[in-house]
Amino acid sequence: MSAPVQSLLREPWPDLASQREAATFGIWIFLASELLFFGGLILAYAVCRIGHPHAFMAAARETDIVYGTANTAVLLTSSFAMALAAQASEREARPIVIRACLAATAALGCAFLAIKGFEYADDLRKGLWPAGDFALPEPGARLFFALYWVMTGVHALHLTIGIGLVGRLTIRGGGPHLRLRDNPQAEVTALYWHLVDVIWIILYPLIYLPGRAG
Amino acid sequence: MSAFFVPVSASTQAATTDRLFLLLLVLSGVILLLVFSLVAVFAVRYRRGSSAPRGAMPAILSREFEIGWTAATLFVFLFLFWWASSAQVAALIPPAGALEIHVVAKQWMWKTQHPEGPREINELHVPADTPVRLLMTSEDVIHSFFVPAFRIKKDVLPGRYTETWFQATKPGVYHLLCAEYCGTDHARMEGRVVVMPAQDYARWLGARPEADGLAREGARLFVSRGCAGCHAPGSRVRAPRLAGLFGSTVPLSDGRRAVVDEAYIRDSILQPERDIAAGYDPIMPSFRGVLGDGEIVALTAYIRSLAAPEGRPAAEAAAPPGLAPGPPEGRSPAMEPGRALEGTPPAGGSP
Amino acid sequence: MSVAATPDERLLVPDRPSYLGAGASLRSWFGATDHKRIAILYAVTITIFFFLGGAAITLVRLELFTPQADVVTADTYNRLFTFHGIVMVWFFMVPAIPATLGNFLLPLMIGARDVAFPRLNLFSWYLAILGGAFTVATLILGGVDTGWTFYTPFSTMFSNSHVFAAAFGVFAVGFSSIATGVNFIATVHLLRAPGLTWFRLPLFVWSLYATSLVMVLATPVLAVSLLLVMAERVLHLPIFDPAHGGDPLLFQHLFWFYSHPAVYIMVLPAMGVVSEVITCFARRRVFGYTFMVYALVSIAGIGFFVWGHHMFVSGMSPFAGLVFSFLSFVVAVPSAIKVFNWTATLYRGQISFEAPMLYALGFLGLFTMGGLTGLFLASIPIDVHVTDTYFVVAHFHYIMVGGTVSAYFAGLHFWWPKITGRLYPEGWARFAAILMFFGFNLTFFPQFILGYLGMPRRYHVYPPEFQVWNVMSSSGATVLAAAYALPFGYLLWSLIWGRRAPNNPWDATGLEWRTASPPPPHNFDQQPRIDVGPYDYHPEAVAPAPDQRPRRRQGEDA
Repeated sequence: MSAPVQSLLREPWPDLASQREAATFGIWIFLASELLFFGGLILAYAVCRIGHPHAFMAAARETDIVYGTANTAVLLTSSFAMALAAQASEREARPIVIRACLAATAALGCAFLAIKGFEYADDLRKGLWPAGDFALPEPGARLFFALYWVMTGVHALHLTIGIGLVGRLTIRGGGPHLRLRDNPQAEVTALYWHLVDVIWIILYPLIYLPGRAG
Repeated sequence: MSAFFVPVSASTQAATTDRLFLLLLVLSGVILLLVFSLVAVFAVRYRRGSSAPRGAMPAILSREFEIGWTAATLFVFLFLFWWASSAQVAALIPPAGALEIHVVAKQWMWKTQHPEGPREINELHVPADTPVRLLMTSEDVIHSFFVPAFRIKKDVLPGRYTETWFQATKPGVYHLLCAEYCGTDHARMEGRVVVMPAQDYARWLGARPEADGLAREGARLFVSRGCAGCHAPGSRVRAPRLAGLFGSTVPLSDGRRAVVDEAYIRDSILQPERDIAAGYDPIMPSFRGVLGDGEIVALTAYIRSLAAPEGRPAAEAAAPPGLAPGPPEGRSPAMEPGRALEGTPPAGGSP
Repeated sequence: MSVAATPDERLLVPDRPSYLGAGASLRSWFGATDHKRIAILYAVTITIFFFLGGAAITLVRLELFTPQADVVTADTYNRLFTFHGIVMVWFFMVPAIPATLGNFLLPLMIGARDVAFPRLNLFSWYLAILGGAFTVATLILGGVDTGWTFYTPFSTMFSNSHVFAAAFGVFAVGFSSIATGVNFIATVHLLRAPGLTWFRLPLFVWSLYATSLVMVLATPVLAVSLLLVMAERVLHLPIFDPAHGGDPLLFQHLFWFYSHPAVYIMVLPAMGVVSEVITCFARRRVFGYTFMVYALVSIAGIGFFVWGHHMFVSGMSPFAGLVFSFLSFVVAVPSAIKVFNWTATLYRGQISFEAPMLYALGFLGLFTMGGLTGLFLASIPIDVHVTDTYFVVAHFHYIMVGGTVSAYFAGLHFWWPKITGRLYPEGWARFAAILMFFGFNLTFFPQFILGYLGMPRRYHVYPPEFQVWNVMSSSGATVLAAAYALPFGYLLWSLIWGRRAPNNPWDATGLEWRTASPPPPHNFDQQPRIDVGPYDYHPEAVAPAPDQRPRRRQGEDA
């Protein structure tokens, strides 16, 4: 067995193929768990919003839809780059191409975080931190922004972990003796990345769109 | 409180609960006895090396047998569910004309208030054989109003009303306990419920100096706190009139409907922007932090006293569907809402 | 059990290569990826926590001897029962059977070399340690007084104690639990030995599988509810604050969505252990194997939809209450089926009464009582009276201590020879089992009566008419404490002076008994193949000599 294969192969698996199957299986189960985690957050959001429909719309109008929409585009593009990397690996493209796609994925993830950082700074300037002095007078609006900070914060944390995983894959994932798609970490990373993306797709309308329809 | 195995039973609910408890006790006893004696008999008869014949399981212990006892268990349990739930449903709605007591809990005391005005701390005097409805809220954390002798318990929540009711059957003094852990002196948050014969209660009530009437206090607050500026019949501000409002169903600006009850009035005072009565502008400021819980209770009592003479007209007062904005006299929609949002109507409100 | 690693290599490690002999350095233990060593790490950890939580509750029971406050102050009392609850639920009960016995036995029982993700397994232990460190730190800093349930708004706005540290500790151990769950599910799916079909799996494996599903799907909701509490506590984000319109019941719904299924995390593996033990000592196939499997899975499934029965008096809609009451009765059916099937398994068996069997029979009795009192709590009118009283305390201790802890001891004794390669002293073990049963009943039965009389839980002082029952309960607790100290003593003793265990001292049929005691690092010298279902016992084939240990004869069938 070649050295990179050796370094990736773990007990108790006889070969990388079965290890990859197991890793994929495991990550799917973990993603189910993650969905319930965010499910809990979204439930909290739903309960609060049903209790304060007007305040939630008023508060959501205060969010910055430009940043939010730009970030949605950035994250969707990053998932596209991730899918591209998978395709490239499938068609046995040159490792440099695969790596470029992965690096683009991670870079777009970083861009998302940077934009989010600008947005947070703006929010703070506008007094949208719901503790102490708070810009909006409706009582329910504080709930909205409390959940806004928690949900986007937890999502950003997930994305940071994702960037770490993609970064690791970019640096150590492929190589001359190992196709990326044979690497057990590849599919795990990709699935996780897409989950983080999908969660954003759910968060985006909950956070940015209420109250902007009419 | 001399009972050793069973607590004193001093309410109609206690009798029901004890009956159900006894039934379950007998049933569980039978099941337990069955399981224990089977285990004991098997353990002796089939102890290792005994001469009892072994061999395969007899044909009767088959799959059908297993399905049979699964079904039997299910039926027994469903029967229990039916019994328990019908007892529960029957006790859900307090009888009309129940005496209404407001309870405010805080760390670590109970404050109770009678409709005629008297207030008590850690005590509650009630007449026997009269249904008593408790409307409860908390000023801080979650508490739970628990009177073991009545077999009633209900959590008391901050920012929300909960209610329960009982009808005491036996004059006496009973424990009032807090059953939801609420901090340091949770265990000392106790009081007593004094059940008196009706005429004694009337005498007790009459002897209280503040037997002034909650509603009258509310009427005073209605003026002194500025409510009357908009909601009084002669006001020029277009705000809902309150006569006949309590107990009716009002249409809201976003198409929902709301029943005007204690919780609704409380919400309307504290979070006026939440439920906006159809046809009104959201101009009412919130009175959060301005009015105390006791004052809201008094205002609520006042608004209730403005309802139709019979007290709770309920559904017949409901607005016809497809509502017209202008409130006809005598059936005006609710309190209403919030401070103006710089011209923009709430998005959910405009079709 | 930590002693297992270090004290006397020569005595402890047999001549044949075993996982215990694979090095005794700190690194070989704390960096171990062998599931058996990780199981030992967990066992040591939860034993420490068991005694910590036990010490806290001993003080509580001591205080309750008299109606007045005389041993500790109200604040100390509140911190003690909170610590007891947090530690016992998350650092003892939840990991007790899955992470120790389960970790050790799951790969052995399915003929695998290890779990699917050994490094994740070790990582999950470190997460548990991290959580445990925060919990112990909480205690050292001065404790937390919210009760293990962390109800808002008390926990978020009113408590003057270390809520954040405690919540973070639980948060961390929750992820440990998720990691274990993911690991076990993947292991059962992917690593079963050739021929080991789903319906040939031992019930213990099934129970771990069902438990893992609950762990993976319920624990994240606990994590999120605690995350929100921490956010409100530290960042002052008003999520549950009623003054800003927060919903006072939202937290309870989120919390019980985890914490009711958590009861099944604790009790399902216990059911699995008991199924193994009863079949072995009755020398009978388990009665109604497929029903037992379906019962396990349906308990896990329906268990997700009954959380509202903790909230009948909370102010939740009474109609929601009816639905939850109905489902709570329904979820009791599969538990009842299991009790009947265990009983029927004894029929026409060759029953012997070694310590594991005594513990398992103890489980059967106590679990049945716990389950039956669950019916009382599912009936709303009775629940209204007894919820948040000692009746509930007694009920869940019957399930968790009478049930799960008994089963844990049954399993610990049953597999002790396999795990350590030593036999425990049978006489002492039987004595401890019987003492535990009586101590338990003396402690907790009076609490049912106390509860119906109306004594609320979490009371530091109480009306004097409750004293008799409290004294009885506290006396029972001292007996129980002694009964728990006993196994700790004699099991440690057996590590050094116990007789060498043969590979299969009980003549049991599970795959784990087909390898050495203690097992070699890679579990099996050659890959086992399976061609029969589990519990291939033949009671009619046991020789009728009373005290001779039976030997199974091949080829004879019922």
